[in-house]
Amino acid sequence: MLLEISGLSSHYGRIQAVRGIDVTVGEGELVALVGANGAGKTTMLRCISGVQPLTGGTIRFDGRDITRMPADQRVALGIAQVPEGRQVFGPMSVEDNLRLGAYRRKGDDVEADIKRMYDMFPILFKKRELPAGTLSGGQQQMLAIARALMSHPRLLLLDEPSMGLAPLLVAEIFNVVQALKRQGTTIFLVEQNAYAALAIADRGYVLETGAVVMSDVGQTLLADERVKEAYLGL
Amino acid sequence: MFAELLQYLFAGLTSGAIYALAGLGFAIIYNSSHVINFAQGEFIMIGGMSTAMMVAAGVPLPVASLLAVLVTMLVGVALEKFAIEPARNADVTTIIIITIGASIFLRGLAQIVWDKEFHSLPAFSGETPLNVGGATLMPQSIWVVGVAVVVIVALWWFFNRTLFGKAMLATSFNRLAAQLMGIGVKKVLMVSFALSALLGAVGGIVVTPITFTNYEAGIMLGLKGFSAAVLGGLGNGMGAIVGGLAVGIAEALASGYLSSAYKDAVAFVIILFVLFFLPNGLFGKKGTDRV
Repeated sequence: MLLEISGLSSHYGRIQAVRGIDVTVGEGELVALVGANGAGKTTMLRCISGVQPLTGGTIRFDGRDITRMPADQRVALGIAQVPEGRQVFGPMSVEDNLRLGAYRRKGDDVEADIKRMYDMFPILFKKRELPAGTLSGGQQQMLAIARALMSHPRLLLLDEPSMGLAPLLVAEIFNVVQALKRQGTTIFLVEQNAYAALAIADRGYVLETGAVVMSDVGQTLLADERVKEAYLGL
Repeated sequence: MFAELLQYLFAGLTSGAIYALAGLGFAIIYNSSHVINFAQGEFIMIGGMSTAMMVAAGVPLPVASLLAVLVTMLVGVALEKFAIEPARNADVTTIIIITIGASIFLRGLAQIVWDKEFHSLPAFSGETPLNVGGATLMPQSIWVVGVAVVVIVALWWFFNRTLFGKAMLATSFNRLAAQLMGIGVKKVLMVSFALSALLGAVGGIVVTPITFTNYEAGIMLGLKGFSAAVLGGLGNGMGAIVGGLAVGIAEALASGYLSSAYKDAVAFVIILFVLFFLPNGLFGKKGTDRV
C-alpha cells in the first residue's frame, strides 16, 4: 500500500474532528472519501499533508512512518495536495504559481513541465502572466491541480475540487481527475459530491461525524441503499 | 526661495532613505509572520555602533561595514531563534511585546558591550559639499541615497527573480498553500529576520557619519521606519519606500518652515493621521481577492 492510515484521530481544541480512522490507498488507485459537510474529510487530508496535528494513530507512506514528519518534507517525498478552496497565490502570476509547485523538486526540467501543464490546460497558457487571483473559480481549480502536479506527486490529494463550480465545470474537473488516473497517478479524492466521486473511484470510504461508516468498491457503494438515501438524494 | 526648498528636500531624501530601509525591514517581517518587530531600530543601531567601534579600533571602513552587517544579521537570526520561535504558538500581540522586550535588551547589551557615548564615522568620500542649484549637498547624502537604491533594487530582484524570494512572498500571501508546496515556513521566518537586520544595519552604517549614533539611536529611527511602513500600508514594499521618503521629506519641511522643535513630531502625526483616515495606508491591500 502506498498510503496506510491507521487509527487516526485529530482535534481542534477540545473538539474531536476525526476518530480512529483506517484508510489505505494502493499505488495507481483512485480512492474517494465522501461524506457530509463537517464529517472530517478536510481534517483527514490536512493530517496526511502534515499541516494538522494528530492526537492518535499513524500514517505510513510507501512503508515509511511519516506521522511526525514536517509538512515540507512530505512534499519532497511525493505527497501533493490541492486544498479546499484552491488557495492559489492570488497576487502572483499563473506561471509563478506553477513554478512554486515545483519548489521541492530537483532537476532542470521544470520549464518542460510548465509547458506540459499548459498543454493540459490551455487556458492557463493564455493567462500565464496574469495574477492568479483574477482567474475564474474553475480556472483557479485547474491552476491548483496543475500546481500540485508540478511536484511530480506519487500521491495526489484532492480536497473538494468541484466545490462552488458550475455543473459544466464540475464535469470538466472530474474528466481531468479521470485522465490523471489513466496516466497512473495515485489519487485520494475527498468530495461532498458523492455521486460523481464514487462513479469514478476504484474504492470509496463513507465518513460520518469523524468515523468511517462504510467502505467498499466505488460502484457497490453507489448502489447501496443507505448511501443512496443519505448522500445521493435518491 | 527655491534653494531653500531644495536644501530641505535633500535633507528629507537622506533621512527618508533610511526610514525607507527600516520600513522595508518592518514589511518583510510583517509579511512572513504578521509580527511588527519593534527591535528593527536596534538593527540600525547595532549596524552603526559596531562599525564605529571597529573603525575606532583600526579596522578599515569597508571591512568594518561588512562585518557589522554580518553581526547584525546574526543578531536578527538569534532574535528569531531564541525569542520569536519559542513563542510561535502565542498570539501576535504577545510576540510583538516580545520584540519590544528584545529591543530594550539589545539597548542594554549595547551599553555593556560598548558604552553610552555618541560615536561617529568619517564621511565615506570627504566633507566637501557640492553646490546644486544654490543648495549644499553633502557627499555622504549621495552615499545614503545611492546605497539605499542599490539595496532596494537587490531586494526587488530577490523577491521577483529568485525561487526562494518568490517562496517568501507566497508564504505571506497564503501560508497554508506555501506549506503544501513544501516551502519550509521556519526557514522563511529566519531569512526574513536576517534580511530585515541587513536592511537596518546598512541604513545605520551609511547614516552614522551624518547623525552620529549611540546605544539608543535606534529608538527614533525605528519608530520613524514604523510610521513609514504604516503610511505605505503594512507589508507593502513599495509602500514602505514611498512612506519612508514621504516621512523624511515632511519632517525636513516641517523643521525648515515651522520649527525644528516639531521635527520628531511629524512622524507621529503621520501615524495618527493614517490610523484615523487611512487605516490601510497608501498602498495597503483592501482584501479584493476573488474566491
